[in-house]
Amino acid sequence: MKKSVFFGALTVAGLMAGASAAATLDDVKARGSLNCGVTTGVPGFAEPDADGVWKGFDVAVCRAVAAAVLGDGSAVTFVPTTGKTRFTALASGEIDMLARNTTWTFSRDVDLKFEFVGVNYYDGQGFMVPAELGVSSATELDGATVCIQTGTTTELNLADFFRSNGMSYEPVPIETGAEAVQQFTAGACDVYTTDRSALAAQRANFDTPSDYVVLPEIVSKEPLGPLVRHGDNEWGDIVRWTLNALITAEELGVTAANAGDIAGSSNNPEVKRLLGAEGSLGEMLGLDAEWAKRAIMVEGNYGEVFENNIGEGTQIALPRGVNAKWTDGGLIYSPPFR
Amino acid sequence: MTTITEPSGSDSTGAFKLSMLLNDTRYRALTFQFIALVAIIAAMAFIGGNLVRNLAEAGLNISYDFLGTQAGYDINQQPIPFESTDTHGRAAIVGLMNTLIVAFLACVSATVIGVIAGVLRLSPNWLVRKIMSFYVEIFRNVPVLIWILIIFSVLINATPSPRDFRGENPAASMWFFDSFAITNRGMYMPKPEFGPGAWFVVLAFVASIIGIFALRRYARNELFDKGRVVPILWPSVALFFVPVILVQLIMGSPISLEYPALKGFNFQGGMGLRGSLIALWFALAIYTGAFIAENVRAGILAVSKGQTEAAGALGMRPGRIMSLVVLPQALRVIIPPLISQYLNITKNSSLAIAVGYMDLTGTLGGITLLQTGRAIEAVLMLMMFYLIISLGISFFMNIYNNAMKLKER
Repeated sequence: MKKSVFFGALTVAGLMAGASAAATLDDVKARGSLNCGVTTGVPGFAEPDADGVWKGFDVAVCRAVAAAVLGDGSAVTFVPTTGKTRFTALASGEIDMLARNTTWTFSRDVDLKFEFVGVNYYDGQGFMVPAELGVSSATELDGATVCIQTGTTTELNLADFFRSNGMSYEPVPIETGAEAVQQFTAGACDVYTTDRSALAAQRANFDTPSDYVVLPEIVSKEPLGPLVRHGDNEWGDIVRWTLNALITAEELGVTAANAGDIAGSSNNPEVKRLLGAEGSLGEMLGLDAEWAKRAIMVEGNYGEVFENNIGEGTQIALPRGVNAKWTDGGLIYSPPFR
Repeated sequence: MTTITEPSGSDSTGAFKLSMLLNDTRYRALTFQFIALVAIIAAMAFIGGNLVRNLAEAGLNISYDFLGTQAGYDINQQPIPFESTDTHGRAAIVGLMNTLIVAFLACVSATVIGVIAGVLRLSPNWLVRKIMSFYVEIFRNVPVLIWILIIFSVLINATPSPRDFRGENPAASMWFFDSFAITNRGMYMPKPEFGPGAWFVVLAFVASIIGIFALRRYARNELFDKGRVVPILWPSVALFFVPVILVQLIMGSPISLEYPALKGFNFQGGMGLRGSLIALWFALAIYTGAFIAENVRAGILAVSKGQTEAAGALGMRPGRIMSLVVLPQALRVIIPPLISQYLNITKNSSLAIAVGYMDLTGTLGGITLLQTGRAIEAVLMLMMFYLIISLGISFFMNIYNNAMKLKER
């Protein structure tokens, strides 16, 4: 008898714990900071600067969400994750969202029970080789030793690419991008393969970037974006629409500098709705009216975030390419705010 | 518990009362054991139930179906052929074999290193003694992961890359008549190719091994029965090489060597030992060797000094005293902790991914886990595999231990 009471109590305690885990928004508010999973360091995307402050393209998404929810873009606890630890960290609730060069795939979305809220960078897998090898195309890589980050989609794409081209290769699996680069520059592998954005970022950090070339082939589609757990749709909506607010802000010409007062001066109703001067979009999300304004004011709109972290003015010098806004012929597009 | 005799039936005060469970020393131990058992079962049930409930809440289930699905990734070191179209299950087997390979190599070399270092630590020579204690203290006081990384980075930075072997005036060249190449990818050496008639040579080889054992037996019997010393070393060496070489020449060289050659990006042909395997093997061997050296030293010190002196009084040379008198007795002390060191090597080999060696943790516990997201299933399987390997090592080493231990007649 006593045993059944004991287990009954345990079950109730367990169910209550389960129920409270679903409301991520309340947890974040109660904690006063957002736990955001990022990489262990990819220049331009997420890397601590000389003062130990996290900076980068993915970091900006975390800060925008924190500003929208908590009103403070610095109220973020950054949790560095590797390709191996990222999904466990998200599934277990250690982090509230993951903004870490993560490719949106069917099995991750459906089988691993995650919710990709959008795409903030359209990428593709590429190859980098030392210039002295004289290789000009990835189809000349038969027999090469290839360094890969283990636990990523690149590992599978690589196997597919070499198999479909009837070539052999020797894989060298490595845990983090930094270690892979170390082995690559030491000559332990001929080729380093990962997303082209990360290749460009790592190459920019080499002593002599011109000694290395990124081959022209793009062997896969890698739509990278932030993701959250399945099951908490309210939280998913907040992250999704914060990202969309940054994209829409670029379209509407709302920047970090003018977001504070353009709501009053603009005649565009969508600007007013976005910034909370009209309508009740914030309320629908469970936030206040100025959530998007705060998100934009942290590091600016999508275009500003891009230019300041990885754009052509920076060391990484990535062109906008397909990541231009849709009105410029790119793929960056947000559903309307209404 | 079986030693407790039941109270005799005729005694009416011996009737069982509930309070006796606590107050009677005959039952109290049982009561507490039962309570402890129930508590442990309850704790396990709580943890297990929690896991199942949380998985159900997240919409996940426990399933091993992923073992039959296509792996999609490649493995560099393949003891059995593996393609990216093979299953995750086969990938786990390949990883298991890679774990066993490096564990076996490291156990053997750690034992050799450990015994030599342990004996030399007790050397009367001051310099040798100090060098060995320096080795032991340096290697066992730095984590093995650091050693693996140090040795690997020395290997990839200090050795030439394959492209240094190319060109008119190469920066690096092969050794021993162009048959060995040491690069930062690994070591390449000739591989024997078995042509027709090769089994004659193999047969000759097996016969000479049997011959060597027969010779040693004969020599021992001569020594014990007649007190005559028969030389063993040089006849053994001759028996090992001469018949095989003769048969090889008579049969017109059926066993040929395939030499490694630089083709494309890397050396092709021949046999290759990957840099990752060398680094891992060497690091595990030299790290664990330091611990084994201490075990060996403890074992030798445990043998009474009188034994050494008695053997010396009989006129035995120091080398023979060590190998015939001291070490056989020291083994009884050495073997039990040696088993633990073998288990440590096997478990430490799971650090392989640090150098890109695809062992069981790298395939099943790494890529398979990440690509399928089946963390709990993969980790449970991983635990089971390591448990089986470790119990297997313990089992065989215990058999050896029982054979070696002091037999009282």
